[in-house]
Amino acid sequence: MRPSPARTASALADAVRSGSTTAAAVVEESLAAIAHGDGEVHAFVTVLADDARRQAAEVDRRVAAGEDPGPLAGVPVAVKDNLCTRGAPTTCGSRILEGWHPPYDATVVARLRQAGAVVVGKSNMDEFAMGSSTETSAFGPTRNPWDTSRVPGGSSGGSAAAVAAGFVPLALGSDTGGSIRQPAALCGVVGLKPTYGAVSRYGLVAFASSLDQVGPFATSVVDAALLFDVIGGHDPLDSTSLDRLPPRMASVVGDGVDGLSVGVLTEHLDGAAPDVVRRVHEAAEACAAAGASVEEVSVPEVRYGLSAYYLIAPAEASSNLARYDGVRFGLRVAADDVVAMNTATRTAGFGAEVKRRIMLGTYALSAGYVDAYYNQALRVRTLIAEAFATTYRRFDLLLGPTSPTTAFALGAKLEDPLAMYLSDVCTIPSNLAGHPAISVPFGTGDDGLPVGVQLMAPALAENTLLRAAAVVEAAAALVDGDGNAVGVEEQR
Amino acid sequence: MSGVPGHDGWELVVGLEVHCELKTATKLFCGCPNSFGDEPNTNVCPVCLGLPGSLPVLNQRAVELAMAIGTALHCDIRPSTFHRKNYFYPDMPKDYQISQYDEPINADGWLELPDGARVGIVRAHLEEDTGKTTHAGASGRIHGADYSLVDYNRSGVPLVEIVSAPDLRSPAQARSYAAELRAILVATGASDGKMEEGSMRVDANVSVRRAGSSELGTRCEIKNLNSLRSLAHAVEHEAQRQVEVLESGGVVRQETRHWDEDRGATVTLRSKEEAEDYRYFLEPDLVPVVPDDGWRSAVAEALPPMPAARRRKLGALFGDEPVEPGGARSDQVATVVDLGLDELVEAAVAEGVPAALALARTANEAATDADAARRLPLVSYVALLRMEATGELTATQVKTVLADLLRDGGGDPAELARERGFEALSSEAVAAMVADAIAAHPDEWGRYRSGEDKLTGFFTGAVMKASRGQADGKAVAAELARRRAEP
Amino acid sequence: MSATEGTPAGRLTRQEVAHVAMLARLHLDDEELDRFTGQLAVILDHAADVAALDLDGVPPTSHALSLANVLRADEPRPGLDRDEVLAGAPDVEDHRFRVPRILGEAP
Ligand SMILES: [Mg+2]
Ligand SMILES: [Zn+2]
Repeated sequence: MRPSPARTASALADAVRSGSTTAAAVVEESLAAIAHGDGEVHAFVTVLADDARRQAAEVDRRVAAGEDPGPLAGVPVAVKDNLCTRGAPTTCGSRILEGWHPPYDATVVARLRQAGAVVVGKSNMDEFAMGSSTETSAFGPTRNPWDTSRVPGGSSGGSAAAVAAGFVPLALGSDTGGSIRQPAALCGVVGLKPTYGAVSRYGLVAFASSLDQVGPFATSVVDAALLFDVIGGHDPLDSTSLDRLPPRMASVVGDGVDGLSVGVLTEHLDGAAPDVVRRVHEAAEACAAAGASVEEVSVPEVRYGLSAYYLIAPAEASSNLARYDGVRFGLRVAADDVVAMNTATRTAGFGAEVKRRIMLGTYALSAGYVDAYYNQALRVRTLIAEAFATTYRRFDLLLGPTSPTTAFALGAKLEDPLAMYLSDVCTIPSNLAGHPAISVPFGTGDDGLPVGVQLMAPALAENTLLRAAAVVEAAAALVDGDGNAVGVEEQR
Repeated sequence: MSGVPGHDGWELVVGLEVHCELKTATKLFCGCPNSFGDEPNTNVCPVCLGLPGSLPVLNQRAVELAMAIGTALHCDIRPSTFHRKNYFYPDMPKDYQISQYDEPINADGWLELPDGARVGIVRAHLEEDTGKTTHAGASGRIHGADYSLVDYNRSGVPLVEIVSAPDLRSPAQARSYAAELRAILVATGASDGKMEEGSMRVDANVSVRRAGSSELGTRCEIKNLNSLRSLAHAVEHEAQRQVEVLESGGVVRQETRHWDEDRGATVTLRSKEEAEDYRYFLEPDLVPVVPDDGWRSAVAEALPPMPAARRRKLGALFGDEPVEPGGARSDQVATVVDLGLDELVEAAVAEGVPAALALARTANEAATDADAARRLPLVSYVALLRMEATGELTATQVKTVLADLLRDGGGDPAELARERGFEALSSEAVAAMVADAIAAHPDEWGRYRSGEDKLTGFFTGAVMKASRGQADGKAVAAELARRRAEP
Repeated sequence: MSATEGTPAGRLTRQEVAHVAMLARLHLDDEELDRFTGQLAVILDHAADVAALDLDGVPPTSHALSLANVLRADEPRPGLDRDEVLAGAPDVEDHRFRVPRILGEAP
């Protein structure tokens, strides 16, 4: 099945703002699409139909009253289930939070509502964002809308699939080691991981705090920019939030790449499948055709990224996930004393992958091992950041595959953690460095499934990133579904 | 006096860890009120309940109070970071405590005791407090409780943990250090110093060694020291226990012990044989605090004089008569400084009231309601003390009028004295009454004249009785002496 | 079969995994203990390239940010409604969070 995306968010918002359609009608269309298709895809953990209708009615009231309904007026949005929504379930894909209704909204959710967007549901995810396939969700896997025997990627697989399936034009995800970009690539949509600190983490249930970033999914680069503009900017509730407000990104998207320099990162081509590599080269050619200088570049330090990440992220996670102890919220499994209760609750409430990472992180931080593992990984992080800094003196952007392969079959890697972890190999370095990166769909692989190419840029260079992404996106429109580039050669 | 009381040949080594709650309006990492004694779980938010998704944001005032404490303790005020100290406990909502670890805001300072000794300050760092647990069941204590109830109002209240060097050598010195530290904390405005409300909590690390040895013995940490008195007692008992263990050929185990006030002994809480593994790592949700010189000096300039300096200033009022450490006058000076009543003494002395009188009235009578005394108009207080100094009112009368002043928050002492019927007796009236007493008791007068000084009291009593307490004892004594000196 | 059998010296042991599970408040049965020991050992082996690097003199980077002195004014903000907070709790008594008996003192 080749999904048909919903209309663009910008077109929908314009129509609602001008009164040519109503938010109520747009939201009903989204709810109907979900009701029709989500039984098979399972992009949502919770559909908030009543809430969504109420929010849509409020947008329509504002339009009718002549008030500004906001830049995303009436646009249905899927919100990853690790973002707190006041009064609505927020499970993180885990039994341990089943039934918990946060008493507050995440900053990004509040900003969505402020902008007139309508939260239609909470999207499925790997448990506590730990996974690359959305199979570790306690509520069952999400399926790839292109081929429901395949995974959508993860951990924000529900958000990616909801956009790819045309349920919603926009979604929010979170990206700790690739959890926005990799599912965007596998589902054929645009996914942006902003600069660390560009988007507030307040209300994002933490996985690995020094790496987590919230970001948009969309069907187009300009829509991704539009959503980024809404959610980004300084938040006094997040100490790691940057107060350098990014310019309105949506307005620079069409500026092209003439005069920019793009490095094709050879380390990321090395482990990737040949059909994926071919697409990356085509995307590079498209950038060159649009006036960028393109050459291959090697940054050997990124090869240590995966190992460093799988020590740092679990270490932080082991601490972040301590609070699920059965005392204040969520699941409790009764026991005679408090230690036994904590243990019974966590043992019953967490799935295998979460336990595995808590164990790994606890070990990496424990006395006797912290220097060999955790502290060593932090030094590797320095190496990678310095290598990027050097590379970005020569290049404005780096280009490579988002994922080494197209979507793999459900169950294929579930029992082999290391194989699963390897699917994040191309996305992790940007998280370690805190840099922005975006995945843009670029045709399909030999199996007819989407390929994503990744563009990376230095901190706060989202505008450069989005300009290049738009160029790649335009070239991708000329690529046919059988994997043959059309027109790129002619354009040169 | 140093050493282990009752055990010659042993030396006592004590270091104290003091947790001080800061007097901020809000908690360390969220905007919830920092207030003691409210209804349970009413001062809570996502941050201090550790709800998923919440993030800490550091309170500027707490940082500045910590810097003020560091300045008062002569510490280096340094760039600092926060770490997570990971352990599970139900009163700790995130199951980790945000605390400063290897980069504390204050390090390497000292505190001067009233006896002049200097105690090293290793560090004074910021961290968050835990919630409060009530144990339900037969005992009301943690042991034997059926279950417990947790209130998170205190969770996230800012603390400064002040760690002394192991420089204290006696129970009295440990007590003196804690008292002086408390006075400093109060003076900086960082804390109310209320040990009974838990806003200042003291743990003692105690070890003993043979006199003359330079190695440290195995130490035990004593918790639950709720007053300065129990601190001194606990240190003394623990030292004696350790000496007895060692003298009978045993070894002291490193452990945490609890001071049992009722039994007057320390008891084992937890053996430290299995070391805690706190898995410290840098708190990724916070960024470093890097004070620059301007910020440091702004904090230092805002600091009022510290107790040691204020005690020296009061002592200087006595001129050549030094205030002996440990004496009654030194206690009075300490009380006045502790209660912040220095100004009363200084103002009275400036208006000619003798220093000893000003100090005594302030430390003994004004101190009974220090809050009211600090609010008293200085003119009222000084005028009253002058009436005593000039003999217009007796000491007893002054005390009565002072109580009226404190109750009313001020007033004209002369008028209050009149309302009380404390008519000032003129010197003629006193002289007449003394003459009457001499006439009524010729034998006693003869003995007094021939040198029996103790009869001063007899005559003074007689005059007091005749004047119904309105005569000034000193004026009577002076008149008696004048008459005796007459040929 | 125990996962520690045949593993090279210095590799993760079953006992270490059990200790870590205790620290993390997780209970692992014998089968899980074996499986986790094997899986974690594979991941740590993969990380051996990082562990083996000579990085003396390279400072650690905990954070990609270079911010400092992010502070908040000491001004109260409205908190949460107590009933709403307690409604989400597993067990409540007397407006407090109720927990089963606590056997040890806080460290
Ligand atoms: Mg402490
Ligand atoms: Zn709070």
